Amino acid sequence: MDLFEYQGRDLFERHGLPVLGGGVAETPQEARAIAERLGGKVVVKAQVKVGGRGKAGGVKLADGADEAEARATDILGMDIKGHTVHKVMLAETADIKEEYYFSYLLDRANRTFLCIASVAGGMEIETVAETDPDRVAKVAIDASKGVDEAKAREIVAAAKFPADVADQVVDIAVKLWQAFVAEDALLVEVNPLAKVGDGRVLALDAKVTLDENGGFRHPDHEALEDKSAVDPIEQAAKAKNLNYVKLDGEVGIIGNGAGLVMSTLDVVAYAGERHGDVKPANFLDIGGGASAQVMANGLEIVLGDPSVKSVFVNVFGGITACDAVANGIIQALALLAERGETVTKPLVVRLDGNNAEAGRAILDGANNPLVERVDTMDGAAERAAELAAAGK
Amino acid sequence: MAIWLTKDSKVIVQGITGGEGSKHTKRMLAAGTQVVGGVNPRKAGTKVDFDGTELPVFATVAEAIKETGADVSVIFVPPAFTKAAVLEAIDAEIGLAIVITEGVPVQDSAAFWAYNVAKGEKTRIIGPNCPGIASPGASNAGIIPADITPQGRIGLVSKSGTLTYQLMYELREFGFSTAVGIGGDPIIGTTHIDALKAFQDDPDTDAIVMIGEIGGDAEERAAEFIKANVTKPVVGYIAGFTAPPGKTMGHAGAIISGSAGTADAKKIALEAAGVKVGKTPSETAQLMREIMS
Repeated sequence: MDLFEYQGRDLFERHGLPVLGGGVAETPQEARAIAERLGGKVVVKAQVKVGGRGKAGGVKLADGADEAEARATDILGMDIKGHTVHKVMLAETADIKEEYYFSYLLDRANRTFLCIASVAGGMEIETVAETDPDRVAKVAIDASKGVDEAKAREIVAAAKFPADVADQVVDIAVKLWQAFVAEDALLVEVNPLAKVGDGRVLALDAKVTLDENGGFRHPDHEALEDKSAVDPIEQAAKAKNLNYVKLDGEVGIIGNGAGLVMSTLDVVAYAGERHGDVKPANFLDIGGGASAQVMANGLEIVLGDPSVKSVFVNVFGGITACDAVANGIIQALALLAERGETVTKPLVVRLDGNNAEAGRAILDGANNPLVERVDTMDGAAERAAELAAAGK
Repeated sequence: MAIWLTKDSKVIVQGITGGEGSKHTKRMLAAGTQVVGGVNPRKAGTKVDFDGTELPVFATVAEAIKETGADVSVIFVPPAFTKAAVLEAIDAEIGLAIVITEGVPVQDSAAFWAYNVAKGEKTRIIGPNCPGIASPGASNAGIIPADITPQGRIGLVSKSGTLTYQLMYELREFGFSTAVGIGGDPIIGTTHIDALKAFQDDPDTDAIVMIGEIGGDAEERAAEFIKANVTKPVVGYIAGFTAPPGKTMGHAGAIISGSAGTADAKKIALEAAGVKVGKTPSETAQLMREIMS
């Protein structure tokens, strides 16, 4: 889960990192109140989870509460690369003398964490790494040892931080690591980490990604989720504990296992190239041992998506036998009928693997005109795409 | 023969008394696996009956190894307890620890991996978030259905469970030496490269299926490894060509970050290493069929 800057700033503050005073506003009036509290000059920053907001006009200086209210009025509601601005963060301004870069992130290849630090901050670190690789230090972190003062000094030396800020950066490096571990983060990035006029080093931006698998240790993380950005169908699916991602096509997809469902999306997209360019409408993994109840919930979510014109149920019977899955589909349709939902969209079902013959016989026996059985993944994808194209 | 798991492997189950643990212990026994016991400190000293097979429950992995000679542990404990379970398995120096549990925090996986490295990597860790390992006709440790395919001479390594089953099923006419599900998490103990190396060295494996998916660069690194070290034919499949960037597709590790981790990049890297990459699972199976026939 990616956090907004203001959430990252608050998280940093809680862990004792030096940040500027600030607050978040959803209305120009709230922005005015925060500007009054902060006093003097403030910076008004659009809260969007996408880079390049400065260039897009989403970051403005304001001298006093009147201007802060006016700038917030300009920025709230703006569209930045497809992201609507619902919130602005107001922060004290800083007299920046030098800009640095500092981050901890996951290093998948080496199965550990990595610190990236540079004295060339304030711009995209990828750009610096390309144009000026000598100024980007990458230091591997041993996950069992973490970052203590000695390790922090190693990082500071590797990145060649100036001597006058070294002690402060060491302190920040240790505290930032503590925050990274304590919050189950996958990324903490400070860009810029800045030296200001009075010599202090401050975190002027905060980019944080949290590990959702760590959620059981952090009941407070749920409140950080941005409900406004979540698609309403994704929200409904989440409420039913379904692993669902909304996509922009017409063929609803239900399958078991993340890999098989991803593969199903691909196969449907290829078939769609031959049938009116239809595409998958969603990713939905109902898991290995899917019950009739789960199948019913999945079907309800997928059929409830108005852009869906046909549904492809792709199940490989591994642990779950196909006869149980077939019964699940039939019961699911009955359950939906009981719930008063009229199903009118065609379903293409492919069952293979454990007890496939029995499963297919159950589908045939049910004789539901909406359910069509195709026995290969490619053939079923083709048929589902064809039906979706006809329904467009 | 097979890699890592043979008919002589003695398997214990950490979390044997839990719902998933007991369900799959029963299945492993039915598949002919030598399951010799389980671990649950609160039920130590008791016995659990699995359709007529009584298995002892031990307090610790070390005790289980001492009493039974176990060399493989399959871990079914919930995410909050997985790190402790794996650390215990590492401390007991078991040869192979298979972590089935889904939803383990990355910090925990990084921690037990670092611990394993510090201890000299005496334990091979597979997973987390994986279906385990199956050597058809010999032994089955994890949740891979045992009856999809007979023993044969194809080796398979995959990030995805159901795609493993799908390819095993499509190629059941040839059978498999060993299928390894390495899991879909960002940090995993055993990589594609580890399995490729083992299959290359296994006299009973003639050809290899490698299944990857979006996210990270494990497939690209595997391609480099294949180019330099693998002489046996390799057929590849990558899932997620049409996945949108920035969205996690079911597996915690399956996410395209910026321009990195795309299926296209992986396919290009594999093809540059001489790997034939199928566009769909059935095409992938067909490519392998041509090699084996």
